[in-house]
Amino acid sequence: MLDVLTGFVDELRAAGLPVSLTESIDAAEALGHVEFEDREALKGALAATLVKSAAHWKAFDTAFEVYFSMRGPQYDIDAPGDGDSEGTDAESAAPGQGGGRGAGGGGGETLTAEELAEMLYKALLAANEAQIAALARQAVSRYAGMEPGRPVGGTYYLYRTLRNLDLDALAERLLDSARAATPEGTFTALEERLARDEFGARLDRLRKEIEDEIRRRLVADRGTEALARSLRKPLPEDIDFMHATRDELTALRRAIHPLTRKLAVRLARKRRHGRKGPLDFRATMRRSLSTGGVPVEPKFRYPRPAKPEIMVIADISGSVAAFARFTLHLVYAISSQFSKVRSFVFIDGVDEVTRFFEGTDDVAEAVHRINTEADVIWVDGHSDYGHALGVFWERWGEQITPRTSVLLLGDARNNYHATQSWVVQEIAHRARHVYWLNPEPHAYWGTGDSVVDEYAVYCDDVFECRNLRQLERFVAELA
Amino acid sequence: MTDDRGGVPDPLGFPDPGPPRFGSVAEVRGALAQAGYLADESMAGVVHLADRLGKPVLVEGPAGTGKTELAKSVARVTGSRLIRLQCYEGLDESKALYEWNYKKQLLRIQAQRVVGPDDGPDDGGPTWRELEEDIFSEEFLLTRPLLEAIRVDEPVVLLVDEVDRLELETEALLLEVLSEFQVSIPELGTVRAKRIPLVFLTSNNTRELSEALKRRCLYLHLDYPSLDRERQIVLTRVPGISEELADQVARIVRSLRTLELKKYPSVSETLDWARTLVVLGIESIDAEQARDTLHVLLKYRTDLDRAAKELALVGDDPA
Repeated sequence: MLDVLTGFVDELRAAGLPVSLTESIDAAEALGHVEFEDREALKGALAATLVKSAAHWKAFDTAFEVYFSMRGPQYDIDAPGDGDSEGTDAESAAPGQGGGRGAGGGGGETLTAEELAEMLYKALLAANEAQIAALARQAVSRYAGMEPGRPVGGTYYLYRTLRNLDLDALAERLLDSARAATPEGTFTALEERLARDEFGARLDRLRKEIEDEIRRRLVADRGTEALARSLRKPLPEDIDFMHATRDELTALRRAIHPLTRKLAVRLARKRRHGRKGPLDFRATMRRSLSTGGVPVEPKFRYPRPAKPEIMVIADISGSVAAFARFTLHLVYAISSQFSKVRSFVFIDGVDEVTRFFEGTDDVAEAVHRINTEADVIWVDGHSDYGHALGVFWERWGEQITPRTSVLLLGDARNNYHATQSWVVQEIAHRARHVYWLNPEPHAYWGTGDSVVDEYAVYCDDVFECRNLRQLERFVAELA
Repeated sequence: MTDDRGGVPDPLGFPDPGPPRFGSVAEVRGALAQAGYLADESMAGVVHLADRLGKPVLVEGPAGTGKTELAKSVARVTGSRLIRLQCYEGLDESKALYEWNYKKQLLRIQAQRVVGPDDGPDDGGPTWRELEEDIFSEEFLLTRPLLEAIRVDEPVVLLVDEVDRLELETEALLLEVLSEFQVSIPELGTVRAKRIPLVFLTSNNTRELSEALKRRCLYLHLDYPSLDRERQIVLTRVPGISEELADQVARIVRSLRTLELKKYPSVSETLDWARTLVVLGIESIDAEQARDTLHVLLKYRTDLDRAAKELALVGDDPA
């Protein structure tokens, strides 16, 4: 057991979770107080001692499912153990591939496709969880077409299984029958929506069962460590902006909300408790009256540092759009920390977009409007930093004051146009600070058509900002 | 390990948790349910572990999911006294641990008036040394929640509420208490817990807590409850509600939580809503009633509009 535990902890660390030595000792200690047969209790004990942040839960869950996949009782013992339905009878007959034990294997032949669909429909309608799980196993062995040693990802099998089951049609059918079951034979709009959500939840449950089953079989086929490695995903704060998949972008969007809240709280606090000021003589004397004129507690005057003014100039061409979006989101979410925030976006033309953020407290909505409404294309819609900066200087350069901090966002891939780097030099003269945030890895800077180095000489600093972690650190420094 | 000092850490660093308060996870769950708190498997499991390992529990999750209530219920169930430390910005040692009652000390000195030199003989007053011992005795000590929790003899549940409101530096103040269950007072010595109390820390996650604190705790993430659990909670906590209405309430709230809202309805708001409906004498919710009472659940104008639109509470009639 200890071997499994250390392997598991190693895997968690490899996935990026900070698991300390004391925590793994705690986990070992905790295992002494749970029953190994109770898989949920085991998982709970490990989670309580090893995972200390809700954002890491998903990584833990995946690792746990891989490492402890075959070890629960219902997968070890032959199927009658959890069988309360006709569905499980069929599969207990044949041993599956799951380590030679009856993990729900090749018994699928005994049911026709229609029968399987029908039973699934009934199980979903009755919300019979044990039966749904059993049928999910059947469906996988029937449709996924899994072969040992085949170098395909789990998502491929998942896709194959789900395509055959046709869950959308199933959902409609469930809705129809629920509708027919009401006295009037029809739903009000509210009931319709509630029923839809209910069946959606049940279908999610089925989907999860199918995923679990596929993963169990993959573990049996490829071994624990290999699979854990292939399933490892970056934590939301480590996702690279420039190469995020659609799912990862969703995860990022979800992660940015709590992040902005934390950042705002932290900065507000920093401002209040920043530095100790000089002694406030009057307040100290006033306070000393309660101790008979002895100044026991001195009072200090706290300075109120001036809030900086921010101008964000962001490249929103395809390659770096996601990065610009998240940065704008973050800057606006903490805009109360700045005296003023103005934002400009460009591709080869440049446009001020501050107006989209005014009068709305929904930053996501404003960012969406920028993408659709801002006038940023001048000639061909390929990034032209030189022209965009030139126009910016002409139209808004006057408004940069010594209290302004200017943020330039982009990868500085200029498509071999003129760089016009004198603009940055002029901006640097007028502004308090000029920072450049580049979403590209440092190693790529200055390669190909990247001209970041030409601008960098005039900036106060250039930062690599590839993920939320780096971005958050920068924004916190800024305010 | 000696018996008279129950909670002394043994050489390996595991504090002795003392005799178990609960026999099993199922027992925790049953007892909590009797106290009117419906815990799920993982919550009961963590409470059980906390008892067996003698470790504090860090409970994190959105507001209004019953974090504080969990600690209160555990206190009720174990027949312990609940000592609560409400955290806020600017909380310091003197409010959390202990403080010398210096006004009383000043009075004591002034009342004495005549104080002899350090070692020489005097005219009847106490020596400086005697006086020092006197004014730094327990009589002049004001105990604050953390010290109180480990000093008292009766069983105790310590609740450190909203620990994320503390500044990062102040957090360190908790560390000695949470890992060794002792408080060092320079003038008096070290006070050790006679029996390790059950400790709950709650956090709304407005900032990341320090690694040092997290490492010392068991972690429990309390999310919004599942449909079944929420229905059960409504049934237990709202007197006079029908099964059907509770089911409807739980289902509507679940649908609301799938929307993109600024603030999701919490469990306590669900309960408020259910109570409102009962008071209004509503047996089964229709769209209009839902729309009229939705403001109990949702507190933002934009959220209300979006919910009404998404759940089809306005305008168009059933198809």
